[in-house]
Amino acid sequence: MITIYAARKIITMNPARPTVTHVAVRDGLIIGAGALAELEGFGEHAINNQFADKVIMPGMVEGHSHAVEGKWWKYVYCGYFDRMDPHGKVWSGLQSIESVVERLKQQDARLTDPDEPMAGWSIDPIYYPEKQVTRHDLDRVSTTRPIGIMHASGHIMNTNSRALELAGFLRSGIEHEGMPLGEDGLPTGELRGPDIMMPVGNHAGFDSNLFDFDEEGLIDFGKLCVRKGVTTATDLAAKLADEVVDVGVRVTARDDFPLRLMPFRFHHGLTPNELLDHVLELKQHSTDRFRLGRIKIVADGSIQGFTARVKAPGYYNGAPNGLWYIAPDQMLTIYELALQHNIQVHTHTNGDEATDLAIDILEKALKKQPTVNHRFTLQHGQLINAAQFKRMAALGFCVNHFANHHFYWGDEHYHLTVGPERAERMNPCRTALDNGIPLAIHSDAPITPIGPLFTAWCAVNRLTSSGRTQGEYEKITVAEALYAITIGAAYTLQMDDEIGSIEAGKRADFAILEDDPTEIDPVKLKDVRIWGTVQDGRVFDASAI
Amino acid sequence: MDSSEPQPLPCPVTIVGGYLGSGKTTLINHLLAKADGSRLAILVNDFGDLAIDAQLIEGQEGDVINLSGGCVCCSYGNDLTSALMQLNVNDIDQVVIESSGVALPGAISSSLSLLGGYVVSSVVVLVDASTIQQHAGDKYLADTIERQLASADLIAMNKCDLINDEKKREIHDWLRRQYTACKVIEVQESEIPKVLVLVASTRTKPDNRSIQGTDHDASIYRAFTLSLPEKYDVSVVAEKLAYTGNGLLRVKGFVEDLNGVMQTLQMVGSRWSVQPAPQGVSSGLICIGLSKLCDEDQVKKLLEKN
Repeated sequence: MITIYAARKIITMNPARPTVTHVAVRDGLIIGAGALAELEGFGEHAINNQFADKVIMPGMVEGHSHAVEGKWWKYVYCGYFDRMDPHGKVWSGLQSIESVVERLKQQDARLTDPDEPMAGWSIDPIYYPEKQVTRHDLDRVSTTRPIGIMHASGHIMNTNSRALELAGFLRSGIEHEGMPLGEDGLPTGELRGPDIMMPVGNHAGFDSNLFDFDEEGLIDFGKLCVRKGVTTATDLAAKLADEVVDVGVRVTARDDFPLRLMPFRFHHGLTPNELLDHVLELKQHSTDRFRLGRIKIVADGSIQGFTARVKAPGYYNGAPNGLWYIAPDQMLTIYELALQHNIQVHTHTNGDEATDLAIDILEKALKKQPTVNHRFTLQHGQLINAAQFKRMAALGFCVNHFANHHFYWGDEHYHLTVGPERAERMNPCRTALDNGIPLAIHSDAPITPIGPLFTAWCAVNRLTSSGRTQGEYEKITVAEALYAITIGAAYTLQMDDEIGSIEAGKRADFAILEDDPTEIDPVKLKDVRIWGTVQDGRVFDASAI
Repeated sequence: MDSSEPQPLPCPVTIVGGYLGSGKTTLINHLLAKADGSRLAILVNDFGDLAIDAQLIEGQEGDVINLSGGCVCCSYGNDLTSALMQLNVNDIDQVVIESSGVALPGAISSSLSLLGGYVVSSVVVLVDASTIQQHAGDKYLADTIERQLASADLIAMNKCDLINDEKKREIHDWLRRQYTACKVIEVQESEIPKVLVLVASTRTKPDNRSIQGTDHDASIYRAFTLSLPEKYDVSVVAEKLAYTGNGLLRVKGFVEDLNGVMQTLQMVGSRWSVQPAPQGVSSGLICIGLSKLCDEDQVKKLLEKN
């Protein structure tokens, strides 16, 4: 059965016919995009006018997200900015500590057991004049139930006194750089780093498998993607234990599951050989909507956490250089084995020293395992410079930049982490494209909200949350940004033969929009209204899921 | 049987650090092979080359392998804290953590200090003597290697059989100059005597077992006993013993403090601890040091009151 969808406009991302009016779909496949008369040549068909007043673009591809965002919504949202939950409710941003306490109190009133733990997420105290939240603030919510609130960065947690007490940390004499002390000599309740977050977080109601999706959370993540026009997303860094894979295969196979998910196996905890064995085995379980068989390496930490590996002149505030999360020799072995077995590797490098290392290592690995079209990708690559891009281009590296950082932490980078000059060239999309690097841009959800049009807006406007344009030169055009969230991202996932544009032979994955992103004022790109998606020919109305 | 149940002592933890290829896993394999009744919990980043005798495996649940004899091996991936929290410390005499090649043992030690029930007994950092100079000069690794070594109580220059004597002296001198607060030994094939790495045989009962007569090579290491007839400021004694110039590597025993209370003194490398001793023990210290550096009479003189 052929369905021909009529639209106000179809943005194809196929340069040969950039916009068309109709797209014909059969069995989840696009059989043609063009004028109605052209498509009628395929024979018997039904015309569907459901989208006649809408704009259709290729289903958006989120090349760096974590499917746990769905699960984290079961915790109380405490972010500074408005954010939409999987059910379409927009939670207002909390712009003072007082309003955080208020929201937690509302949740507190809903719980009958006074000892029941309460977990929250996405708080970001740098936006508050006080710059920090203490246990005393959270004690105003409850002194009987343990409370823990994870920061937006995912690297810090605030807790109340009860949570500290249960973990055995409410005592004097603690000496740990991740646990600041108040004037009374007791911890303030701020916990920096996963080593000390988890012992308290467990008491505050956080799952010990904080980064593994579960069934309900995965279903919710799918809903969130529909609302944001996303039809393919990565789960970039997962341990992929058998039971998690079972859940993934089962949930994504459901007729009403609207997303193609691409989980990458995290390198940690396995030797390179074990890692390759696991990934090759996982590949056997791959399904159409649950694509397994890729590797994610994390080379260094984060810039705002001062754990990224940066080159001279180092951090603006003089903080010591960050940490390696993998030994260079191990990374080399993984690269070599992966190239040998045609396994794709994406590598998280935040600092420019980590990027140098990844480039050096790919250069070495390719000498040993000459491989074309490997599409190894640097994820974040926030401080990559032009010289590095030139080497990357020669080696075939792609990049997926963290454009959302401009908005959420741009001011922080400018004033504190790397200083004005380097902050202005962070996530340098312009320079990447000018050097011929295949480009994607991302949200790193749940660190920032999933929403490729918002991410595109960030790359186009480079506005910080305080309203400054940071790095005029590195702006890209709307057309380039749309490329980066569709066919560009698909390329970095080796999926551009299947998705990323609307043309004959590709999957029927569409984002259905109320507004035209190519007509709207670029500064309003993030405000484009999204009706829903079509994934594999299945229609998902965001207002009805 | 003692009617008053003694408070269980915190479980001692040895952190084994060092860059990739320095011989950490080989050391762990030696310790497992010579566990000899002590119940070790071996925490590794990945099972990788860990030599676990299949016949000893009693069961495996996820990342935890139980061995007959009471030892347990656990692969902690990126979540060491959870792995430690899940261990049943009552069933364990000693924890040995093998840190990953780029991890900072100092950071592990610092986080460990927050968890109840554990105490760091030593940080042993291995170096591959045949590659350390190259790694210490590597633009990516230099500061990581430096931070690893700076956190050590005992640096084991490993694979000394792969370099000549001149090189050995050069590296040894460099390590001692650079890391003055730390003791340095030369080994090959990660053969660090177990007594230098582990502190406990059994933790809950008074331990009268000698640390002499175990697996150390008498031509390299000298063991002797000191009797301590007087009362001492135990911290001062410990600090003198831990001083890097005296060649002592390991001390264990009991000292009567100035108040007449018996204390247990433990020293591994340059790290020492003093805790109230179990009842019924008599004073005396067992010492192990490097034969060529450590002289029994000199150590005795050290402890004479001045």
